[in-house]
Amino acid sequence: MAASKDKLIIAGREFSSRLIIGTGKYETYAQNADALAASGAEIVTVAVRRVNLTNPDEPLLVDYIDPKKTVYLPNTAGCFTGEDAVRTLRLAREAGGWDLVKLEVLSDPKHLYPDMEETMRSAKLLIDEGFEVMVYCSDDPVFARKLEDLGCAAIMPLGAPIGSGLGIQNRVNIRLIVEQSSVPVIVDAGVGTASDATIAMELGCDGVLMNTAIAEAKHPIQMATAMKHAVIAGREAYLAGRMPRKKYADPSSPLAGLI
Amino acid sequence: MQMTITINGETYADLQAGMSVSVLLAHLGFPERKIAVECNREIVPKSSYGKTALQDGDVLEIITFIGGG
Repeated sequence: MAASKDKLIIAGREFSSRLIIGTGKYETYAQNADALAASGAEIVTVAVRRVNLTNPDEPLLVDYIDPKKTVYLPNTAGCFTGEDAVRTLRLAREAGGWDLVKLEVLSDPKHLYPDMEETMRSAKLLIDEGFEVMVYCSDDPVFARKLEDLGCAAIMPLGAPIGSGLGIQNRVNIRLIVEQSSVPVIVDAGVGTASDATIAMELGCDGVLMNTAIAEAKHPIQMATAMKHAVIAGREAYLAGRMPRKKYADPSSPLAGLI
Repeated sequence: MQMTITINGETYADLQAGMSVSVLLAHLGFPERKIAVECNREIVPKSSYGKTALQDGDVLEIITFIGGG
């Protein structure tokens, strides 16, 4: 397949880049915008929060990353119930008019694993309200299947705990989720460096979502460039189809005709 | 007549009773296009800012987007 025609399609929307980046933890919104440009990402995750009433002139994310040019994917970070998630995303929809959203319902702050029971319940509430739900979930193929059956627009299993940078911890599960899913599978969380993103894509994931790996790199903009290439490399390798693994060596130069 | 309302958890007293959401946002200094408003847990659509009159005891949330993962 020609790379130029290889599009990521989420809820009927077409994207050329398979990298989605977060907008948290950057030193400034300006740095965030530069990293976005370097990454080539077309979607950014954003959080919904109260405005600062004491300083209406405080810089806003929308002043640096134009929602008309980059798709904002509002998240439900900080929500622990379905009702909280619905309330937050209703506000997001009113502020920006978007119905494509990222659902994350977390549990314990120590590991930030998703509360899958509440995630399932929240997903249903949101889908019933007409949202297109991209869902952060555990790397459990059983829950992934249930979320797809509910009507989620994308399944986003964690590679490792949020912000840990530990890389894909369970390749078998990610691969199983990829194989069984007919909606996009996007590894969300756990990527630490470029090779982690490449591995996710080589496993057949449709995309990778990352925040800390870029924002907390020593040079975030350079890392954003690296991630752009890593995702493309992994995708191309997946499409190209890797060679079989062999137990023994196999010389690349023919043995026939040796002097 | 004055009213007291709650905005983002803060108490605002001495506001003109019956003022619209539009007038309140202008008073606070927020541009309408970058935010969303909830009043007593119901979304106030942008198209209704001018005609939504606030009452004593109303609880408002005004939100925007910030960086997040």
